[in-house]
Amino acid sequence: MQTFDLSAQGLRALNSSLHALRGQTTNMTSWEIINPRGAHAIAAGVDAPVEITVRGSTGYYCAGMNKQATIRIAGSAGPGVAENMMSGTVIIDGDASQYAGATGRGGLLVIKGNASSRCGISMKGIDIVVHGNIGHMSAFMAQSGNLVVLGDAGEALGDSLYEARLFVRGSVKTLGTDCIEKEMRPEHYEALEQLLRRGEADGKAKPEQFRRYGSARKLYTFNIDNASAY
Amino acid sequence: MCGIVGLFLKDPKLEPKLGAMLTDMLTTMTDRGPDSAGIAIYVRPQKGRAKITLQSSQPDIDFKDIAKLMTKAMGGKVSAEIKNTHVVLDVPAKKLDEAREAITALRPGVKVMSAGESIEIFKEVGLPKDVAARFGVSKMAGTHGIGHTRMATESAVTTMGAHPFSTGADQCLVHNGSLSNHNSVRRDLKRAGMTFETENDTEVAAAFISHKLQEGEKLGSAMEATLTDLDGFFTFVVGTHNGFGVVRDPIACKPAVMAETDQYVAFGSEYRALVNLPGIDKARVWEPEPATVYFWER
Repeated sequence: MQTFDLSAQGLRALNSSLHALRGQTTNMTSWEIINPRGAHAIAAGVDAPVEITVRGSTGYYCAGMNKQATIRIAGSAGPGVAENMMSGTVIIDGDASQYAGATGRGGLLVIKGNASSRCGISMKGIDIVVHGNIGHMSAFMAQSGNLVVLGDAGEALGDSLYEARLFVRGSVKTLGTDCIEKEMRPEHYEALEQLLRRGEADGKAKPEQFRRYGSARKLYTFNIDNASAY
Repeated sequence: MCGIVGLFLKDPKLEPKLGAMLTDMLTTMTDRGPDSAGIAIYVRPQKGRAKITLQSSQPDIDFKDIAKLMTKAMGGKVSAEIKNTHVVLDVPAKKLDEAREAITALRPGVKVMSAGESIEIFKEVGLPKDVAARFGVSKMAGTHGIGHTRMATESAVTTMGAHPFSTGADQCLVHNGSLSNHNSVRRDLKRAGMTFETENDTEVAAAFISHKLQEGEKLGSAMEATLTDLDGFFTFVVGTHNGFGVVRDPIACKPAVMAETDQYVAFGSEYRALVNLPGIDKARVWEPEPATVYFWER
């Protein structure tokens, strides 16, 4: 276990140590970051199969662009956590601020508390499991991947949605433009069961409690009747 | 960007440390806006007394003998505490309006930063730590306070363009964001008798709330009205003689974090600003909801 005191050693030293693990065979596979004190960009750009635990709350862009690593935040996360994640896992024990998992291309983001606005905005393949609620404009222009919400969703869920799948157990305040409820078919129950398990939520919720939302595909497919508008 | 901090104390034991806590919080937010900084501190009022905080670009000339001259002009005892480019005049509470008029006549060049029974506002161009040091803010006691560090967007980097803006007795407002309909709202407020010192958008928001309060509305409903009448991006933190409020626009892209314990309610643009507060590890920490008014009054 490598323990890194962020307030004593500084962010640049932390991230350069973590970036140096890329492509290396190393026995330094377990890291603990203490005294994060809301600092920005903690463990951003990691590209190694290591486990990192942050003991406290983080500021902007923690675990951004993550590849391969498993990063756990034992606290709450500021804006843009796991933004553009490529692979690996990010788990937040507390709440996440706005645009959690934005533009994520792969991997799994688990938020044990609530996520605020724009969760999963423009997601492109990431899976996101939120144990609590999500704020307004979540999954805006989401292209692919899955967003699972055990609680409620705020206004304009899935506005201008492409092909991401949205599963919500609680209420949805409003659906965004071109986002509709869709039937749950056997393959969705199966996918959701796996997502709940991976998201450490299988003890809390069952797939049959969820509704599925997706794109009506009217906004992003060309309709000949609208030709005169172009 | 801009950085905002605020602290509303519930526990009187913390009051001697208010200035020090706010200074530390604001200094942490320096990289959100290095242009100018300001702090409003609400000090426990003295019975029958009120305060006017003035700013001058030539304090040596403007503040010379100011207490003596004001005492003579007003026929009531006035004392003055000079702090760098600002002076806090202690005047009889009943003569607050007369005192403002007397100052304008005596020293037309000075600017009124704030007036009221408990508010004092200090603001200048520069970094938070330098601005706070110039006015000795960290030694100040008080019941609640608001700080702001500015990244200018809507108007020039000047002392008067710095936040907090005070547009009514014991009232102030700070803002992160930008308003797009401030010119038309300013026009309406001018017709309604409000006066403005700058072309700044935030001053319009401050005057908007002051005007509502003048019309007899409560702090909560005055803040609620910003959601329908002001267009743009905003997180506002508002102070009154006994209250402290927060409201974010419905889009809520300007960050905000709050913390509450038995001892205080705290606001920060980021969690970083709150980490040195006592008992923060056990505080209830949350992000204020969009289009929702939060306020505390004592």
